Amino acid sequence: MSNIPAELRYAKSHEWVRLEHDGTAYVGISEHAQDAMGDLVYVELPEVGQTVAVADETGVVESVKAASDIYAPVSGEIIAVNEALNDTPELVNQDCYGDGWLYQIKLADKADLDGLLSAEDYAAQLEEDA
Amino acid sequence: MGHRTPLYDAHLAAGGKMVDFGGWDMPIHYGSQLDEHHQVRREAGMFDVSHMTVVDVSGAGARDYLRHLLANDVDRLSVGRALYSGMLNANGGVVDDLIVYRRANDYRLVVNCSTREKDLAWMNNQAAGFDVRITEQLTLAMIAIQGPKALDMARSLLPAADTLMTLKPFHFVESGSWLLARTGYTGEDGAEIILPGNKAATFWQDLRAAGIKPCGLGARDTLRLEAGMNLYGNDMDETISPLEANMGWTLVFNDRDFVGRAALEAQQAAGHAELVGLVMEEKGVLRAHQKVFTSKGEGEITSGTFSPTLGLSIALARVPAGSQGEAEVEIRNKRLPVKIVRPPFVRHGKQVYKLS
Repeated sequence: MSNIPAELRYAKSHEWVRLEHDGTAYVGISEHAQDAMGDLVYVELPEVGQTVAVADETGVVESVKAASDIYAPVSGEIIAVNEALNDTPELVNQDCYGDGWLYQIKLADKADLDGLLSAEDYAAQLEEDA
Repeated sequence: MGHRTPLYDAHLAAGGKMVDFGGWDMPIHYGSQLDEHHQVRREAGMFDVSHMTVVDVSGAGARDYLRHLLANDVDRLSVGRALYSGMLNANGGVVDDLIVYRRANDYRLVVNCSTREKDLAWMNNQAAGFDVRITEQLTLAMIAIQGPKALDMARSLLPAADTLMTLKPFHFVESGSWLLARTGYTGEDGAEIILPGNKAATFWQDLRAAGIKPCGLGARDTLRLEAGMNLYGNDMDETISPLEANMGWTLVFNDRDFVGRAALEAQQAAGHAELVGLVMEEKGVLRAHQKVFTSKGEGEITSGTFSPTLGLSIALARVPAGSQGEAEVEIRNKRLPVKIVRPPFVRHGKQVYKLS
């Protein structure tokens, strides 16, 4: 069973979102997603300052075997990206919910979070997909 | 549920992540494909390749039959030697690529698992008029031990080890029903061992106990690509001739005729595309089917990956004849610069490619 922290929200496309108290949120990919990708060798991140809408492409993660697009789970402005991934993309494999975060976004509308899955619903989706 | 090799339970016990591979449940990795790749380049690793198809060809007409069937010439072989060859159709397309071992009383062929049925059909079809018996061996297992320290680490476990250690590449020794060959698919030293299936699990455990780590098909693919070796179905198939797949060195045009010869000679006269290597220093990963633009025109990547040894992306690509120097590859609607090189990329753990 995949690790799915209860305090996060999830997109069907396997990104997670962690809301901070200041109205920003961190975005990464789930344990299930990094495990399915295998060893990551390259992460392409969005530009800081870029404004994105839900489901916009906001980068790519590439493993030895495949490339996978990262979609914005919420709308807003990218305010930081995880520069460490440029040299150590394996952080995503090692700690996808922590040091392996992808970018930080300032939410345009907190209501976007309601369109995401709870940990329980995401777990149910993984069950169904399996 | 797919077919299982005699090592299926051993893979699960070692934490193998199992995937469907040509109808077989095989380990893609046991935790980290990259670690397994480095393990083979730096020390030793082992692969279960029991899914490969072993076919023995015997009978008074075996030699003549194989000289007709294969584009390489088995007359180059003395007993105890092996060679790599394409098996072609009349158009010169590659039905499969394989290794032939010349044994004392017959020839042993190892062909791909994904092409098993059509290979056997083709081999039987081409056997008309030859006094041969074509026998698939269904109870054998095959384990590849690869890496600079592989033979030393495995030595005490290998039958005929003393002889095996002295053999050159593409030579083999037999001991009872074991066949041990100095061949491989990684560009490292090592051996491929064909053994009775009911001995495989114990042998595998003994190799593990000797410190040789299990490696999955993921690492096998990055290792073979670094070594510049083709993968059937990616780099060539029935529509592609050996001339277009960097396999010209396997063709022997001598006094005999072989299936596909006339088509190859026509293609040699008319000109043909080539399989070259690509290296990309930009960030990103070259993948199969990406478009390639050279000074001679457009081509396509047939196999691409991140090279763990070199730390950049490499590929094999089919491009117009005479393509060299700089080229571009289209990745997600962007064109990125690549360099055309002559494979292999890595041998014995070191970069070996040169700019062409």
